[in-house]
Amino acid sequence: MAVPPNRRPQGRPAPASGLLRRVDAFARLAFPGFSTAFLMVLAAAPVALPSPVFAVTLPCVAFWSVFRPAAMMPPIVFLLGLLMDLLTLAPLGSGIIMLLLLQAVALRFRRFLARQSFLAVWLAFCVAAFGGAVLCWALQSLLALRLSPIAPALHAALLSCGLYPIVALVLTRVHEAMLQAENAP
Amino acid sequence: MIRLSIPLRQALARLSLPLMIAAAFGMMLLGKADALLAERLRSHLSDALSPIYAALAEPTAAVRSAVEEVGFLVALREQNATLREENERLRRWHAAALALEAENEMLRRQLNFVPEAAPAFLTARVVADGGGIYARAVLLATGPQHAVRRGQVALDDRGFVGRVTEVGSRSARVLLATDMNSRIPVTLESSRSRAIMSGTNGARPRLAHWPEGVIPAEGERVVTSAEAGAFPAGLPVGTIRLSPQGAPEIELFARLDRLDAVRLFDYGLTGILPPESVARPEPRSRRR
Repeated sequence: MAVPPNRRPQGRPAPASGLLRRVDAFARLAFPGFSTAFLMVLAAAPVALPSPVFAVTLPCVAFWSVFRPAAMMPPIVFLLGLLMDLLTLAPLGSGIIMLLLLQAVALRFRRFLARQSFLAVWLAFCVAAFGGAVLCWALQSLLALRLSPIAPALHAALLSCGLYPIVALVLTRVHEAMLQAENAP
Repeated sequence: MIRLSIPLRQALARLSLPLMIAAAFGMMLLGKADALLAERLRSHLSDALSPIYAALAEPTAAVRSAVEEVGFLVALREQNATLREENERLRRWHAAALALEAENEMLRRQLNFVPEAAPAFLTARVVADGGGIYARAVLLATGPQHAVRRGQVALDDRGFVGRVTEVGSRSARVLLATDMNSRIPVTLESSRSRAIMSGTNGARPRLAHWPEGVIPAEGERVVTSAEAGAFPAGLPVGTIRLSPQGAPEIELFARLDRLDAVRLFDYGLTGILPPESVARPEPRSRRR
Protein backbone atom coordinates (compact mmCIF):
# COMPACT_ATOMS: atom_id res chain seq x y z
CA MET A 1 0.00 0.00 0.00
CA ALA A 2 2.97 2.27 -0.54
CA VAL A 3 1.93 5.57 -1.92
CA PRO A 4 4.09 6.90 -4.71
CA PRO A 5 5.80 10.15 -3.85
CA ASN A 6 3.92 13.17 -4.85
CA ARG A 7 5.45 13.81 -8.23
CA ARG A 8 3.85 16.62 -10.11
CA PRO A 9 3.49 16.24 -13.83
CA GLN A 10 5.59 18.49 -15.98
CA GLY A 11 4.00 21.48 -17.57
CA ARG A 12 1.04 21.65 -15.22
CA PRO A 13 -1.04 24.79 -15.66
CA ALA A 14 -1.04 27.22 -12.78
CA PRO A 15 -4.07 26.79 -10.54
CA ALA A 16 -6.76 29.35 -10.83
CA SER A 17 -6.79 31.56 -7.78
CA GLY A 18 -10.52 31.48 -7.34
CA LEU A 19 -12.09 31.53 -3.91
CA LEU A 20 -13.34 27.97 -4.31
CA ARG A 21 -9.89 26.71 -5.13
CA ARG A 22 -8.38 28.44 -2.16
CA VAL A 23 -11.03 26.97 0.11
CA ASP A 24 -10.31 23.60 -1.43
CA ALA A 25 -6.60 23.91 -0.80
CA PHE A 26 -7.19 25.02 2.76
CA ALA A 27 -9.50 22.08 3.35
CA ARG A 28 -6.82 19.72 2.13
CA LEU A 29 -4.28 21.41 4.36
CA ALA A 30 -6.52 21.36 7.41
CA PHE A 31 -8.02 17.92 6.96
CA PRO A 32 -5.26 15.86 8.64
CA GLY A 33 -5.16 17.94 11.78
CA PHE A 34 -8.90 18.29 12.15
CA SER A 35 -9.69 14.70 11.32
CA THR A 36 -7.12 13.51 13.85
CA ALA A 37 -8.49 15.82 16.53
CA PHE A 38 -12.02 14.66 15.75
CA LEU A 39 -11.01 11.02 15.96
CA MET A 40 -9.32 11.68 19.29
CA VAL A 41 -12.41 13.33 20.68
CA LEU A 42 -14.52 10.43 19.47
CA ALA A 43 -12.07 7.96 20.98
CA ALA A 44 -12.28 9.78 24.30
CA ALA A 45 -16.04 9.30 24.41
CA PRO A 46 -17.02 7.72 27.71
CA VAL A 47 -17.72 4.09 26.90
CA ALA A 48 -16.91 1.12 29.05
CA LEU A 49 -13.65 0.44 27.22
CA PRO A 50 -10.08 1.46 27.93
CA SER A 51 -9.64 4.82 26.29
CA PRO A 52 -8.07 4.35 22.84
CA VAL A 53 -7.04 7.99 22.44
CA PHE A 54 -3.34 7.17 22.42
CA ALA A 55 -3.86 4.30 20.01
CA VAL A 56 -5.86 6.46 17.60
CA THR A 57 -3.56 9.47 17.68
CA LEU A 58 -0.33 7.66 16.92
CA PRO A 59 -1.28 6.10 13.56
CA CYS A 60 -2.83 9.36 12.31
CA VAL A 61 0.16 11.49 13.21
CA ALA A 62 2.63 8.95 11.85
CA PHE A 63 0.73 8.48 8.61
CA TRP A 64 0.35 12.15 7.83
CA SER A 65 3.94 12.91 8.88
CA VAL A 66 5.25 10.34 6.45
CA PHE A 67 2.93 10.91 3.52
CA ARG A 68 1.86 14.54 3.80
CA PRO A 69 4.20 16.43 6.11
CA ALA A 70 3.07 19.77 4.73
CA ALA A 71 -0.31 19.29 6.34
CA MET A 72 0.97 17.82 9.61
CA MET A 73 3.17 20.68 10.74
CA PRO A 74 4.89 20.75 14.14
CA PRO A 75 2.50 23.35 15.60
CA ILE A 76 -0.44 21.14 14.68
CA VAL A 77 1.31 18.17 16.26
CA PHE A 78 1.91 20.29 19.33
CA LEU A 79 -1.78 21.08 19.60
CA LEU A 80 -2.74 17.47 19.01
CA GLY A 81 -0.32 16.42 21.74
CA LEU A 82 -1.83 18.97 24.10
CA LEU A 83 -5.30 17.64 23.28
CA MET A 84 -4.10 14.12 23.93
CA ASP A 85 -2.61 15.06 27.28
CA LEU A 86 -5.82 16.77 28.27
CA LEU A 87 -8.00 13.91 27.12
CA THR A 88 -5.94 11.13 28.67
CA LEU A 89 -5.26 12.84 32.02
CA ALA A 90 -1.54 12.43 31.41
CA PRO A 91 0.81 15.07 32.84
CA LEU A 92 0.97 18.06 30.50
CA GLY A 93 3.79 17.85 28.00
CA SER A 94 4.54 14.14 27.95
CA GLY A 95 2.22 13.42 25.02
CA ILE A 96 3.40 16.53 23.19
CA ILE A 97 7.03 15.53 23.40
CA MET A 98 6.26 11.98 22.39
CA LEU A 99 4.26 13.04 19.33
CA LEU A 100 6.87 15.61 18.30
CA LEU A 101 9.66 13.07 18.56
CA LEU A 102 7.54 10.58 16.62
CA GLN A 103 7.12 13.20 13.94
CA ALA A 104 10.82 13.99 13.92
CA VAL A 105 11.61 10.32 13.40
CA ALA A 106 8.95 10.03 10.71
CA LEU A 107 10.30 13.07 8.90
CA ARG A 108 13.84 11.79 9.17
CA PHE A 109 12.96 8.46 7.51
CA ARG A 110 10.16 9.79 5.40
CA ARG A 111 11.82 9.43 1.99
CA PHE A 112 12.87 5.90 2.87
CA LEU A 113 9.49 4.85 4.30
CA ALA A 114 7.40 6.27 1.46
CA ARG A 115 9.10 3.86 -0.90
CA GLN A 116 8.58 0.77 1.25
CA SER A 117 5.76 -1.71 1.14
CA PHE A 118 2.85 -1.42 3.54
CA LEU A 119 4.12 -4.24 5.73
CA ALA A 120 7.49 -2.57 6.20
CA VAL A 121 5.82 0.72 7.11
CA TRP A 122 3.58 -1.11 9.55
CA LEU A 123 6.54 -2.83 11.16
CA ALA A 124 8.38 0.48 11.47
CA PHE A 125 5.26 2.00 12.98
CA CYS A 126 5.03 -0.82 15.52
CA VAL A 127 8.60 -0.19 16.63
CA ALA A 128 7.89 3.54 16.83
CA ALA A 129 4.65 2.96 18.75
CA PHE A 130 6.38 0.84 21.36
CA GLY A 131 9.16 3.39 21.59
CA GLY A 132 6.60 6.14 22.00
CA ALA A 133 4.70 4.24 24.66
CA VAL A 134 7.84 3.57 26.65
CA LEU A 135 8.87 7.21 26.30
CA CYS A 136 5.44 8.33 27.50
CA TRP A 137 5.64 5.97 30.45
CA ALA A 138 9.16 7.18 31.31
CA LEU A 139 8.09 10.83 31.15
CA GLN A 140 5.04 10.18 33.27
CA SER A 141 7.09 8.31 35.85
CA LEU A 142 9.64 11.11 35.86
CA LEU A 143 7.03 13.82 36.25
CA ALA A 144 5.19 11.96 38.98
CA LEU A 145 8.49 11.00 40.64
CA ARG A 146 7.37 7.43 41.11
CA LEU A 147 7.39 4.30 38.97
CA SER A 148 3.98 3.72 37.40
CA PRO A 149 3.08 0.30 35.96
CA ILE A 150 4.24 -0.09 32.38
CA ALA A 151 1.54 -2.55 31.29
CA PRO A 152 -1.09 0.06 30.28
CA ALA A 153 1.42 1.82 28.05
CA LEU A 154 2.31 -1.45 26.36
CA HIS A 155 -1.36 -2.27 25.91
CA ALA A 156 -1.92 1.10 24.29
CA ALA A 157 1.04 0.49 21.98
CA LEU A 158 -0.31 -2.91 21.01
CA LEU A 159 -3.72 -1.41 20.37
CA SER A 160 -2.26 1.30 18.17
CA CYS A 161 -0.25 -1.31 16.23
CA GLY A 162 -3.48 -3.17 15.63
CA LEU A 163 -5.37 -0.03 14.65
CA TYR A 164 -2.73 1.18 12.21
CA PRO A 165 -3.82 -0.94 9.20
CA ILE A 166 -7.43 0.23 9.51
CA VAL A 167 -6.45 3.86 9.89
CA ALA A 168 -3.87 3.60 7.11
CA LEU A 169 -6.39 1.97 4.79
CA VAL A 170 -8.84 4.84 5.16
CA LEU A 171 -6.20 7.56 5.14
CA THR A 172 -4.52 6.09 2.05
CA ARG A 173 -7.81 6.41 0.19
CA VAL A 174 -8.16 10.00 1.35
CA HIS A 175 -4.58 10.76 0.46
CA GLU A 176 -4.98 9.30 -3.04
CA ALA A 177 -8.12 11.36 -3.55
CA MET A 178 -6.18 14.48 -2.49
CA LEU A 179 -3.36 13.67 -4.90
CA GLN A 180 -5.85 13.23 -7.71
CA ALA A 181 -7.47 16.54 -6.89
CA GLU A 182 -4.08 18.26 -6.84
CA ASN A 183 -2.89 16.69 -10.07
CA ALA A 184 -6.06 17.45 -11.93
CA PRO A 185 -5.51 20.09 -14.56
CA MET B 1 -1.35 35.04 4.18
CA ILE B 2 1.87 36.76 5.00
CA ARG B 3 4.25 36.53 2.09
CA LEU B 4 7.71 35.48 3.19
CA SER B 5 10.82 34.92 1.15
CA ILE B 6 11.52 31.27 0.36
CA PRO B 7 14.79 30.96 2.39
CA LEU B 8 13.12 32.50 5.42
CA ARG B 9 10.20 30.13 5.10
CA GLN B 10 12.52 27.14 4.81
CA ALA B 11 14.46 28.25 7.84
CA LEU B 12 11.22 28.64 9.78
CA ALA B 13 10.09 25.18 8.68
CA ARG B 14 13.36 23.69 9.81
CA LEU B 15 13.26 25.58 13.08
CA SER B 16 9.65 24.86 13.92
CA LEU B 17 10.20 21.30 15.14
CA PRO B 18 12.98 22.14 17.63
CA LEU B 19 10.99 25.18 18.69
CA MET B 20 7.94 23.07 19.32
CA ILE B 21 9.93 20.52 21.28
CA ALA B 22 11.29 23.33 23.40
CA ALA B 23 7.75 24.61 23.85
CA ALA B 24 6.67 21.14 24.89
CA PHE B 25 9.33 21.09 27.58
CA GLY B 26 8.15 24.50 28.62
CA MET B 27 4.62 23.18 28.79
CA MET B 28 5.82 20.28 30.88
CA LEU B 29 7.52 22.63 33.34
CA LEU B 30 4.46 24.85 33.38
CA GLY B 31 2.26 21.88 34.14
CA LYS B 32 4.59 20.81 36.90
CA ALA B 33 4.83 24.29 38.37
CA ASP B 34 1.13 25.04 38.25
CA ALA B 35 -0.73 21.83 38.92
CA LEU B 36 -4.08 23.60 38.67
CA LEU B 37 -3.41 24.75 35.12
CA ALA B 38 -3.94 21.33 33.62
CA GLU B 39 -7.09 20.84 35.67
CA ARG B 40 -8.49 24.16 34.52
CA LEU B 41 -7.65 23.41 30.90
CA ARG B 42 -9.23 20.00 31.21
CA SER B 43 -12.43 21.34 32.66
CA HIS B 44 -12.65 23.94 29.86
CA LEU B 45 -12.09 21.21 27.32
CA SER B 46 -14.75 18.95 28.82
CA ASP B 47 -17.15 21.88 28.90
CA ALA B 48 -16.55 22.36 25.20
CA LEU B 49 -16.79 18.69 24.38
CA SER B 50 -19.75 17.75 26.53
CA PRO B 51 -22.37 18.56 23.84
CA ILE B 52 -20.56 16.19 21.47
CA TYR B 53 -20.54 13.44 24.04
CA ALA B 54 -24.15 14.10 24.90
CA ALA B 55 -25.03 13.66 21.25
CA LEU B 56 -22.95 10.52 21.13
CA ALA B 57 -24.52 9.04 24.24
CA GLU B 58 -27.71 8.04 22.47
CA PRO B 59 -26.19 5.83 19.74
CA THR B 60 -23.62 4.51 22.19
CA ALA B 61 -26.36 3.40 24.53
CA ALA B 62 -28.20 1.79 21.63
CA VAL B 63 -25.10 -0.13 20.59
CA ARG B 64 -24.38 -1.16 24.13
CA SER B 65 -27.90 -2.40 24.68
CA ALA B 66 -27.71 -4.32 21.41
CA VAL B 67 -24.47 -5.96 22.55
CA GLU B 68 -26.04 -6.79 25.89
CA GLU B 69 -29.02 -8.23 24.09
CA VAL B 70 -26.76 -10.52 22.08
CA GLY B 71 -24.97 -11.61 25.25
CA PHE B 72 -28.31 -12.26 26.86
CA LEU B 73 -29.42 -14.37 23.92
CA VAL B 74 -26.23 -16.40 24.14
CA ALA B 75 -26.78 -16.92 27.84
CA LEU B 76 -30.39 -17.81 27.21
CA ARG B 77 -29.51 -21.15 25.65
CA GLU B 78 -27.43 -22.22 28.59
CA GLN B 79 -30.02 -20.93 31.01
CA ASN B 80 -32.67 -22.87 29.16
CA ALA B 81 -30.71 -26.10 29.48
CA THR B 82 -30.20 -25.48 33.18
CA LEU B 83 -33.85 -24.71 33.69
CA ARG B 84 -34.89 -27.79 31.79
CA GLU B 85 -32.68 -29.94 33.95
CA GLU B 86 -33.96 -28.27 37.07
CA ASN B 87 -37.51 -28.71 35.87
CA GLU B 88 -36.86 -32.40 35.40
CA ARG B 89 -35.48 -32.68 38.89
CA LEU B 90 -38.37 -30.74 40.36
CA ARG B 91 -40.81 -32.92 38.49
CA ARG B 92 -39.27 -35.96 40.14
CA TRP B 93 -39.51 -34.27 43.49
CA HIS B 94 -43.06 -33.34 42.75
CA ALA B 95 -43.91 -36.95 42.07
CA ALA B 96 -42.10 -38.00 45.22
CA ALA B 97 -43.90 -35.39 47.26
CA LEU B 98 -47.31 -36.33 45.95
CA ALA B 99 -46.63 -40.00 46.56
CA LEU B 100 -45.47 -39.22 50.07
CA GLU B 101 -48.49 -37.09 50.67
CA ALA B 102 -50.82 -39.84 49.52
CA GLU B 103 -48.99 -42.37 51.62
CA ASN B 104 -49.15 -40.09 54.57
CA GLU B 105 -52.83 -39.65 54.05
CA MET B 106 -53.29 -43.38 53.99
CA LEU B 107 -51.13 -43.88 57.04
CA ARG B 108 -53.15 -41.41 58.95
CA ARG B 109 -56.29 -43.16 58.01
CA GLN B 110 -55.05 -46.47 59.20
CA LEU B 111 -52.42 -46.86 61.79
CA ASN B 112 -50.74 -50.23 62.24
CA PHE B 113 -49.45 -49.91 58.71
CA VAL B 114 -46.82 -52.38 57.57
CA PRO B 115 -44.27 -50.40 55.54
CA GLU B 116 -42.99 -51.82 52.31
CA ALA B 117 -39.35 -52.66 51.98
CA ALA B 118 -37.32 -50.38 49.73
CA PRO B 119 -37.30 -52.13 46.41
CA ALA B 120 -34.14 -53.17 44.66
CA PHE B 121 -33.84 -52.06 41.09
CA LEU B 122 -31.50 -52.35 38.17
CA THR B 123 -31.27 -50.08 35.19
CA ALA B 124 -31.24 -51.54 31.72
CA ARG B 125 -30.78 -49.90 28.37
CA VAL B 126 -33.52 -50.03 25.77
CA VAL B 127 -32.02 -51.52 22.63
CA ALA B 128 -35.01 -52.03 20.37
CA ASP B 129 -38.57 -50.86 20.01
CA GLY B 130 -41.38 -53.14 19.02
CA GLY B 131 -40.78 -56.60 17.78
CA GLY B 132 -42.23 -59.67 19.29
CA ILE B 133 -45.87 -60.32 19.36
CA TYR B 134 -46.91 -57.08 21.04
CA ALA B 135 -47.32 -53.86 19.19
CA ARG B 136 -45.99 -51.75 22.03
CA ALA B 137 -43.03 -53.43 23.64
CA VAL B 138 -39.35 -52.69 24.04
CA LEU B 139 -36.36 -54.95 24.26
CA LEU B 140 -33.87 -54.38 27.06
CA ALA B 141 -30.26 -55.44 27.08
CA THR B 142 -29.54 -57.23 30.33
CA GLY B 143 -26.68 -59.41 31.39
CA PRO B 144 -26.77 -62.97 32.63
CA GLN B 145 -25.67 -61.70 36.01
CA HIS B 146 -28.82 -59.64 36.38
CA ALA B 147 -31.68 -61.33 38.03
CA VAL B 148 -34.41 -60.17 35.72
CA ARG B 149 -37.69 -61.87 36.36
CA ARG B 150 -41.05 -61.87 34.70
CA GLY B 151 -43.46 -59.54 36.38
CA GLN B 152 -40.89 -56.92 37.33
CA VAL B 153 -42.10 -53.36 37.03
CA ALA B 154 -40.34 -51.02 34.62
CA LEU B 155 -40.21 -47.29 35.33
CA ASP B 156 -38.39 -44.55 33.54
CA ASP B 157 -37.25 -41.36 35.25
CA ARG B 158 -40.80 -40.01 35.38
CA GLY B 159 -43.18 -42.84 35.87
CA PHE B 160 -44.62 -46.20 35.03
CA VAL B 161 -43.56 -47.81 31.75
CA GLY B 162 -44.70 -51.41 31.79
CA ARG B 163 -43.92 -54.91 32.94
CA VAL B 164 -41.36 -57.50 31.99
CA THR B 165 -43.06 -60.21 30.01
CA GLU B 166 -40.24 -62.31 28.63
CA VAL B 167 -36.78 -62.91 29.94
CA GLY B 168 -33.95 -64.29 27.89
CA SER B 169 -30.42 -64.85 29.04
CA ARG B 170 -29.23 -61.46 27.73
CA SER B 171 -32.41 -59.60 27.04
CA ALA B 172 -35.80 -58.93 28.43
CA ARG B 173 -38.96 -57.67 26.83
CA VAL B 174 -41.14 -55.10 28.48
CA LEU B 175 -44.80 -54.80 27.57
CA LEU B 176 -45.54 -51.09 27.58
CA ALA B 177 -48.59 -49.68 29.25
CA THR B 178 -49.88 -48.42 25.91
CA ASP B 179 -50.13 -51.87 24.34
CA MET B 180 -53.56 -53.19 23.64
CA ASN B 181 -52.89 -56.19 25.84
CA SER B 182 -51.86 -54.19 28.86
CA ARG B 183 -54.24 -53.95 31.79
CA ILE B 184 -52.92 -52.17 34.81
CA PRO B 185 -54.81 -51.77 38.08
CA VAL B 186 -54.68 -48.14 39.06
CA THR B 187 -55.96 -45.84 41.75
CA LEU B 188 -57.31 -42.37 41.11
CA GLU B 189 -55.34 -40.46 43.65
CA SER B 190 -57.83 -37.91 44.91
CA SER B 191 -60.93 -40.08 44.95
CA ARG B 192 -59.03 -43.25 45.95
CA SER B 193 -61.19 -45.26 43.62
CA ARG B 194 -59.84 -48.24 41.75
CA ALA B 195 -59.89 -48.57 38.01
CA ILE B 196 -58.16 -50.38 35.20
CA MET B 197 -55.90 -48.68 32.72
CA SER B 198 -56.19 -50.51 29.44
CA GLY B 199 -53.89 -49.84 26.53
CA THR B 200 -55.18 -49.05 23.06
CA ASN B 201 -51.94 -49.11 21.06
CA GLY B 202 -52.35 -45.33 20.97
CA ALA B 203 -50.38 -42.80 22.97
CA ARG B 204 -52.96 -42.58 25.77
CA PRO B 205 -54.35 -45.67 27.45
CA ARG B 206 -57.99 -45.61 28.35
CA LEU B 207 -59.40 -45.73 31.83
CA ALA B 208 -61.93 -48.45 32.41
CA HIS B 209 -64.00 -50.02 35.14
CA TRP B 210 -64.04 -47.18 37.56
CA PRO B 211 -66.70 -47.48 40.22
CA GLU B 212 -70.09 -46.00 39.76
CA GLY B 213 -70.61 -42.55 41.18
CA VAL B 214 -67.01 -41.50 40.65
CA ILE B 215 -66.26 -39.09 37.87
CA PRO B 216 -62.61 -39.08 36.88
CA ALA B 217 -61.63 -35.44 36.86
CA GLU B 218 -59.41 -33.86 34.26
CA GLY B 219 -55.86 -33.57 35.60
CA GLU B 220 -56.32 -36.06 38.41
CA ARG B 221 -53.24 -38.06 39.19
CA VAL B 222 -53.29 -41.78 38.63
CA VAL B 223 -51.03 -44.18 40.51
CA THR B 224 -50.74 -47.93 40.51
CA SER B 225 -52.85 -49.92 42.84
CA ALA B 226 -51.76 -52.86 44.94
CA GLU B 227 -54.91 -54.70 44.02
CA ALA B 228 -54.33 -58.30 43.03
CA GLY B 229 -50.75 -58.20 44.16
CA ALA B 230 -49.28 -57.44 40.76
CA PHE B 231 -47.97 -53.97 41.51
CA PRO B 232 -46.98 -52.03 44.56
CA ALA B 233 -49.27 -49.17 45.36
CA GLY B 234 -48.48 -45.61 44.52
CA LEU B 235 -46.16 -45.76 41.51
CA PRO B 236 -46.78 -42.61 39.46
CA VAL B 237 -48.57 -43.48 36.23
CA GLY B 238 -50.06 -40.37 34.71
CA THR B 239 -52.84 -37.82 34.78
CA ILE B 240 -56.40 -38.05 33.55
CA ARG B 241 -57.23 -36.27 30.32
CA LEU B 242 -60.66 -36.31 28.81
CA SER B 243 -60.73 -37.23 25.14
CA PRO B 244 -62.78 -35.12 22.71
CA GLN B 245 -65.54 -37.68 23.10
CA GLY B 246 -65.43 -37.25 26.84
CA ALA B 247 -63.84 -40.60 27.64
CA PRO B 248 -61.21 -40.45 30.34
CA GLU B 249 -57.75 -41.28 29.08
CA ILE B 250 -54.46 -41.31 30.88
CA GLU B 251 -51.56 -39.16 29.83
CA LEU B 252 -48.56 -41.12 31.04
CA PHE B 253 -45.76 -39.44 32.91
CA ALA B 254 -43.27 -41.72 31.22
CA ARG B 255 -42.10 -40.74 27.79
CA LEU B 256 -42.68 -44.02 26.00
CA ASP B 257 -41.82 -42.61 22.59
CA ARG B 258 -38.24 -41.93 23.60
CA LEU B 259 -37.23 -44.47 26.14
CA ASP B 260 -33.52 -44.96 26.45
CA ALA B 261 -33.15 -46.66 29.78
CA VAL B 262 -35.63 -48.06 32.24
CA ARG B 263 -35.35 -49.14 35.83
CA LEU B 264 -36.62 -52.60 36.63
CA PHE B 265 -37.98 -52.82 40.15
CA ASP B 266 -38.35 -56.12 41.86
CA TYR B 267 -41.11 -55.86 44.40
CA GLY B 268 -41.27 -59.59 44.79
CA LEU B 269 -44.91 -59.61 43.78
CA THR B 270 -46.26 -62.63 42.00
CA GLY B 271 -49.97 -61.92 42.09
CA ILE B 272 -50.63 -62.07 38.38
CA LEU B 273 -47.79 -62.67 36.02
CA PRO B 274 -48.06 -61.28 32.54
CA PRO B 275 -48.94 -63.74 29.87
CA GLU B 276 -46.26 -65.36 27.80
CA SER B 277 -46.12 -63.46 24.61
CA VAL B 278 -45.46 -66.44 22.40
CA ALA B 279 -48.22 -68.89 22.91
CA ARG B 280 -46.28 -72.09 22.64
CA PRO B 281 -48.53 -75.05 22.08
CA GLU B 282 -48.55 -76.97 25.27
CA PRO B 283 -47.84 -80.63 24.91
CA ARG B 284 -51.26 -82.05 24.79
CA SER B 285 -52.06 -83.74 28.01
CA ARG B 286 -54.02 -86.81 28.39
CA ARG B 287 -57.63 -86.28 27.89
CA ARG B 288 -59.51 -86.79 31.01
